[in-house]
Amino acid sequence: MKSSEQAVTTQFLTFKLGGEVFAFAIGRVREVLDYTAVTKIPEMPDFMLGVINLRGSVVTVVDMRLKFGMGPTPRAVNTCIVIVEIELEGETTILGALADCVQEVVDLDPENIEPPPRIGARVKSRFIEGMCKNGEDFITILDIDGVFSREELEMRQNCPRDLAAAS
Amino acid sequence: MNNDLTETFRTEAGELLAELEAALLVLETAPGESGQIGRLFRCLHTLKGSGAMSGYGEIASFAHKLEDVLEVLRAGNVTVGAKLIDRVLSAADLIQTMLDDPDPLLSNKRADEILAALRELLAPFSGPPKNDQTPGESDREPQELSCANPCEQPLSDSPPVTTYRIFFRPNRDIFNRGVNPALLLQDLRTLGTCRITVDVDAMPDLWDMDPEGCYTSWDIILSTSEDINALKDVFIFVEEDCELKIERICEDSNLEEVPRKRLGEMLVEKGDATLEQVSRVLGKQKRLGEMLVEEGVVSPSKVRAALMEQRQLREIVEKKKEQVEQSTASVRVPAAKLDSMVDLVGELVTVQASLRQLARSKKFPELRLIAEQVDRLTSELRDNTMSLRMVPIGATFNKFSRLVRDLSAELSKEVVLTTEGSQVELDKTVIERLQDPLVHIIRNSMDHGIETPEKRLSRGKNRKGALHLSAQHSGAYVLVKIADDGAGLDTRALLARGIEKGLVQPDSQLSEKEIFSLIFAQGFSTAKQVTSVSGRGVGMDVVKRAIDSMGGSIEIFSPKGLGTTITLKLPLTLAIIDGLLVKVGEGYFVLPLSFVEECIELTRQDAAKDNGRQLTFIRQNLVPYIRLRDLFSTDAPPPPVEQIVIAQTPEGKIGLVVDKVVGQHQTVIKNLGKLYRNVRAVSGTTILGDGTVALIVDIPKIVDSLALNETAPEGGVPAPH
Repeated sequence: MKSSEQAVTTQFLTFKLGGEVFAFAIGRVREVLDYTAVTKIPEMPDFMLGVINLRGSVVTVVDMRLKFGMGPTPRAVNTCIVIVEIELEGETTILGALADCVQEVVDLDPENIEPPPRIGARVKSRFIEGMCKNGEDFITILDIDGVFSREELEMRQNCPRDLAAAS
Repeated sequence: MNNDLTETFRTEAGELLAELEAALLVLETAPGESGQIGRLFRCLHTLKGSGAMSGYGEIASFAHKLEDVLEVLRAGNVTVGAKLIDRVLSAADLIQTMLDDPDPLLSNKRADEILAALRELLAPFSGPPKNDQTPGESDREPQELSCANPCEQPLSDSPPVTTYRIFFRPNRDIFNRGVNPALLLQDLRTLGTCRITVDVDAMPDLWDMDPEGCYTSWDIILSTSEDINALKDVFIFVEEDCELKIERICEDSNLEEVPRKRLGEMLVEKGDATLEQVSRVLGKQKRLGEMLVEEGVVSPSKVRAALMEQRQLREIVEKKKEQVEQSTASVRVPAAKLDSMVDLVGELVTVQASLRQLARSKKFPELRLIAEQVDRLTSELRDNTMSLRMVPIGATFNKFSRLVRDLSAELSKEVVLTTEGSQVELDKTVIERLQDPLVHIIRNSMDHGIETPEKRLSRGKNRKGALHLSAQHSGAYVLVKIADDGAGLDTRALLARGIEKGLVQPDSQLSEKEIFSLIFAQGFSTAKQVTSVSGRGVGMDVVKRAIDSMGGSIEIFSPKGLGTTITLKLPLTLAIIDGLLVKVGEGYFVLPLSFVEECIELTRQDAAKDNGRQLTFIRQNLVPYIRLRDLFSTDAPPPPVEQIVIAQTPEGKIGLVVDKVVGQHQTVIKNLGKLYRNVRAVSGTTILGDGTVALIVDIPKIVDSLALNETAPEGGVPAPH
């Protein structure tokens, strides 16, 4: 079911991390929140920023820039939290992704979406579902389940910078 | 849909079996109680009915045979002995296995064994015709019984006969599915007195007729002692392929009391004539009473009296109906629905707290008034919702009578179990999690605590050991006590074993309490040999962990030679705790109030005096303390005067240094989820009135991890990383 859904999805929500444009498939995005105070949980890696209260539920927030080894996200007016649905051990959970700012919802032609490059990308290729050129921008479409898998979230450290540095 | 049915039956059967067991165990202590026999039969009967309906035919037929075999008990002149109880209990166990893992071959064999054994036991008591039964004959019995017709059962206990009207119109293509409706009708006939009329109105001309189609429908009037489920069972395989209406038209064996239906009413009910048509025709007719009076047969007053009587009877029937309706006024709700309701109420409490905060800060009296009302309603709603999840502990206690009985036989000890406070209610989750710890404790008490009958007699005690389970309220807690009058804990043996295991320094002076707490250490057992019941040393540490995880505590009281009393202090509910809200840096934390003993001040001079030793004196007792700001790596500088919250943990007292104690806080616990399972210092989160998230500090786990760090060579300031 999921694969067919993905084939149909052509709309993406784009957001910026450190000057680069990334995107989530719109079907997995629930809402976008302004940045609110996050309560840090001890003993967790830095990119696991902490938890927020989303209308009574406690939701984890991940700092995407830290996760991708781009240094911490500076808090600014446009800083926002993108709430996405993820599959975690067979259960649907919601999780917040901290981004510098959200941009827009774009229609991308699946024909134009390229497979992830083996080298040269800012983030690990297993986090990427595809790349696409949209006007001036190069959009990196993220694989939500790849980025927010249990293994990735429970990782003790931030993502090593070596890949990023090599590029 | 079928799965639903099975699931419902499994829950129901579990309860019925528990009830059955309870009835049996009461019977064992008080053999004369006919009420218990009735209870037993009710359980079996329901099992039979629902089992057949939910596709557990094996269980239904076994329950049916059991009923037959045990029928003699109802006569009342049978003394119920331990052997009989044993057999019936094993029958109950068999039903349980049939439920869990239906394996017809194995269970049928076992069923026949049990039935044969029961028959043999009861043979001397059965009625004259069966009196001369030899064991050889009884082997043939099951066959005979299985085809016995339920409606041919002795009329002595006259099962209530109900009359049903069944309308059955199979789909035209029913034959293609290999179903022969005639066989279904035949099945119906075996259930009781049955009149069947066939309706061939739909039959087309021969030219138009599909020879493989079914054009007939049937009207059936059936009087049976079986319940409606048995009827539905007949049609279970054709349910989808037919139009089926089953209506109950009258009930009860005392049909005289039920006003008989008149012809007109029946026709209207069946839709064959309209009410107007019937009443028009009836209008032409005079009332029987009037006619009788006119004819001068009876006087008007006689007729009035008779009518009065009639009305009276009707009222009785109506009253009876009302009572039946009242007795079914409870609803079975899936636990998940309750859980989500508790979640919602939790959220409401949170929102309400912010509303109250807002109302206080604004100068707007009307708002404040409303906020107060919402406040009151919310707390009432919360209490009510919490009480929905409360379950009396009695059912759990009852389960242990079986355990005690089986263990007594296994250990050849005589133990009498008494219970008290079974009406005390605890949260469903607490009850569930309490089960295993209680099993361990009872096993231990019976194996190590209570002595053999001979030993007890030589010590001047009653031959029978006593085990007492009790529950009582104590504030926001429930105390569950397990008391035995056995040998008690041998402090010297415990100490010796503790030294041997390296848990205690050989020269240390331990208080009695500390020695007792040794039994909770992992792998600790003073039993000289491992029995199948206990002695492996796993058990008490499991108990302790389970109780700790619920935020409860354990106390042991054991005067040597007089017995042991283990007291479990358990929170009423796990969804909401009373917490102490504290502030460290910019963050808020909640310390479970159950651990908190007192708060004292820690000035900077005091801290400096201690040379970083992190120890403080409280009434001449040295108490170690840790700073939550270290634990939670808070950057902000500490205020000049900090507070130490002294917490009492099973390991001893510990101080937690915080910036500020805010106050008591009703805490709705939100679990952190799987991602955080490795986090030690935090047991959950809660949402504060202003909408921010506060962490609930897991005090016992912090103490545990500190103790671990102690053994590490560096020492110094221990903080889990």
